[in-house]
Amino acid sequence: MAAAEDKKMFLVIESGNVAQPFRWSAGTYGSKFLTEIRDNKKFWGIKCPKCGKVYVPIRSVCGPCYAEMTELVPVSDEGNLITFSVVSFGFVDPSTGKQKPVPYGYAVIKLDGADSYLIHYIDETDPEKLKAGMRVRAVFEEDGKRTGSMMDIKHFELI
Amino acid sequence: MEPVAIVGVGMTKFERDRVRDTFGDLVFEACTRALDDAGMTIDDIDIVLTGSNDFFDGRTISSMAIMDACGSYDKNVSTVEGDGTFGAAHAVMRVLAGWGTCLYCAHHKGSESVMPLITNAMFDPIYERFLGIDSVTSAALQARAYMDRYGVTEEQCAQVSVKNHGNAFKNPYAQLPLQLTIEDVLASPYVADPIKLLDCCPISDGASAVVIAGAQRAKALDAKPAWVKGIGYNCDAYHLGDRDLSKVDALQAASKTAYAQAGISDPAKEVDLAEVHDTFTYLELMAIEGLGLCRMGEAGEFTAFGNTAQDGRLPVNASGGCISSNPVLVAGLNSIIECALQIRGDAGEHQVDGVKTAVAQGVNGPCGQSQCVWVLGGDE
Repeated sequence: MAAAEDKKMFLVIESGNVAQPFRWSAGTYGSKFLTEIRDNKKFWGIKCPKCGKVYVPIRSVCGPCYAEMTELVPVSDEGNLITFSVVSFGFVDPSTGKQKPVPYGYAVIKLDGADSYLIHYIDETDPEKLKAGMRVRAVFEEDGKRTGSMMDIKHFELI
Repeated sequence: MEPVAIVGVGMTKFERDRVRDTFGDLVFEACTRALDDAGMTIDDIDIVLTGSNDFFDGRTISSMAIMDACGSYDKNVSTVEGDGTFGAAHAVMRVLAGWGTCLYCAHHKGSESVMPLITNAMFDPIYERFLGIDSVTSAALQARAYMDRYGVTEEQCAQVSVKNHGNAFKNPYAQLPLQLTIEDVLASPYVADPIKLLDCCPISDGASAVVIAGAQRAKALDAKPAWVKGIGYNCDAYHLGDRDLSKVDALQAASKTAYAQAGISDPAKEVDLAEVHDTFTYLELMAIEGLGLCRMGEAGEFTAFGNTAQDGRLPVNASGGCISSNPVLVAGLNSIIECALQIRGDAGEHQVDGVKTAVAQGVNGPCGQSQCVWVLGGDE
């Protein structure tokens, strides 16, 4: 019964239900990216003036070229499944504190017209039915319910 | 110490709630300005060092999120989680280690988190944190201890606020220029006695960057170098109860090292300008004394006689200081940058005549637990 004796002898100070809240700026480009999804269900990328790579989500700097990017280009809400996982060990959603029901699918997606990938959910939980290269499409939250966050995309679905 | 120089500097304007920019946007702005100032591109940089704090940024390994913005893609990059004076000291060490020319940047967005919660979390969770003690209330304890020890008055502290907020009018990067009188400061509400609202720094967002190079590289550039003459840093006890808060032991020890390296024997005569950590007004007085720029307990009078004004005998915080813009972590780097600009003669409207030797000071930890002192000069 060493464990029970340890609990008596050694004190642990609990933090309790403390929260450390943040309010992260999406910035100029992040705001544009999320607003377009919210208002128009449209994805935008940003093109590097040097290497021509199109990044999603949009941001201001191409890392490898160390070049500032300003040219916004539309990208599709459809693309290819690059890789995936079906999660069966539950994870607490940091924004709600609630456990997301398992199983659920995670996907790395290359939207048509983009060169970088987007990470999101896929609504298929049978790994046997998923394969790299499959075509997928974004499913948006319904009109009036989109708030300007990545959760305005409910998930991706297989086409 | 082998000669090392600051060959490029850059900073963003400091503001509250800079919501239009992400951390990365701020870092990119500061880094590209520093590179431009050095007449370099990112290809001329061998190594990158960053400064950020995961608690403040609200993300784990916060430094990795800005690697695009600081140009560290495919480069040797590491992070110092502490004030910019300490980070830049590590940048100097990496240059001295022969790793090449270093770009060092630090960023902060105080607007995105809850400052009392964040600073409360630096205290011990078992013995002190539950008290709710934070950066302001711990500073109040130190201010009282210091003022009692030397008979320093609230009026004397208030002078620092009047002077530095006034200096900020001439610094386009400063956040909070204010035209104040001592009466204004004394009439502002107490936050924690003896500290009043106008004794306190603001919450700030922004980033700064420097390029640090060895002598050979520095001399080959068109850029005007500010030479690193000496650096010292020393740490005091963590628990406030283990220290005499009225004393500045760590600062005196750090100063001693930095001055010895720089060959300075009488700092009060040999230092032309100082940029010190003045997040609360009393701290500037303590810093002036700890840096040996006047005798212990006399900084209040020294300030009253106008010695530390922009046009005084030994200007202190000619930039406006931390009380005018306080991006945590970036603050000490700003002090170094200000010293470099003053030495180069590039400080613009707040340029002080004839600055040959300048001292920057930065702190980490509660009540100035750890202290870093830089001596910069115009000659190799």
